[in-house]
Amino acid sequence: MTPYVPGESPVHRCPPGAKILALIATGTALFALPRLDMAVVLALAALAVTGLLYWIARIPARLVLAQLRPLAWILAVLVLVQLALDGWLAGLLVAARLSALVLLAGLVTLTTRSADLIEALQRGLAWLKPLGVNPAKAGLAIALTLRFIPVLAAIAAEVREAQRARGLESSLVALTVPVVVRMLKMSDDIAAAIDARSYDPDRAGH
Amino acid sequence: MSTRDIVFVALFAALTAALGLFPPVTLPVVGVPITAQSMGAMLAGAIAGATRGGAALALFVLLVCAGLPLMAGGRGGLGIVMGPGGGFVLMWPVAAFVIGFLYERSLKTLTVWKEALILVLGGIVLTYAVGIPWIAVVARVDLAKAAIGSAWFLPGDAAKVVLVVLIARAVRRAYPTLQPR
Repeated sequence: MTPYVPGESPVHRCPPGAKILALIATGTALFALPRLDMAVVLALAALAVTGLLYWIARIPARLVLAQLRPLAWILAVLVLVQLALDGWLAGLLVAARLSALVLLAGLVTLTTRSADLIEALQRGLAWLKPLGVNPAKAGLAIALTLRFIPVLAAIAAEVREAQRARGLESSLVALTVPVVVRMLKMSDDIAAAIDARSYDPDRAGH
Repeated sequence: MSTRDIVFVALFAALTAALGLFPPVTLPVVGVPITAQSMGAMLAGAIAGATRGGAALALFVLLVCAGLPLMAGGRGGLGIVMGPGGGFVLMWPVAAFVIGFLYERSLKTLTVWKEALILVLGGIVLTYAVGIPWIAVVARVDLAKAAIGSAWFLPGDAAKVVLVVLIARAVRRAYPTLQPR
């Protein structure tokens, strides 16, 4: 996940809830236009505005490129497929739309502390209360999920190394089973640790 | 839900996100990517059970909708759900719940074939039943074309069923998590 870059820019100070809503709205609008030429103009405009916001937030160019790097070859394949099937305008649309979305999502995480982000999501989930969902529990689950992703990646890398030493690196089962079992054991420890700190979801989040 | 259940929910949501680190292959014609992520729904159901598995995938879909780039290839946002693959993605929580439910119901009598059948039912039949008409509506192609285009998923999904059966059996032996229903 992307690290938080501290700052005092208007982008940093914008309330996290508003940022998430803007991200959702942009993501929807970028896919909603039926006409190709209009969609291309909108996608390019979104890309330009996102670039401007990065400049306002004073995010170093190195981090901007870091956002796009994992995407580079997927983007290349997508654009080539679109070029071959539907012409250059469709290829341009795919490239502009995808990079705008990824950069914008990256900007939200770069300029918002994850605690603030989770708190905003938790508040946004209050409408689920009548359905029997406790927003504080959902908030805890969100926070844990975001934390687990890099932990999972680290455990997977460790297990891969161990299995390579046994000549098992090409077996998906030999990779996945130890990762899942270790995560399950870790989950029990984490749950015990949370309970040991007297976490009470019915009173949490105040 | 106890604290342990919440941690399990988060774990399987994160596992589904981590499965997205395998690069996707996008199908032409229907424009839906093949990813390892649909395995997340099957694993969550088979290992965490109906309630926790379903909640885990619901949480994952929610985070994707909120714009986090957790889908394969770093994609995210409501656009994913509105796109051609949205039917499949929205069915993941349902698939996880149904798989978990059937696993818990037949926990005492599970055989390899029964497990495979449950996973095919929840992970393939149920998901395609919503996913294919969704493609037809969103991509504006007729139903037959959407169905033929989706047939490209079948070999990959069949391989995923085999993998999940092997993984779930091994995990169940090492660290049992399911309660019979």
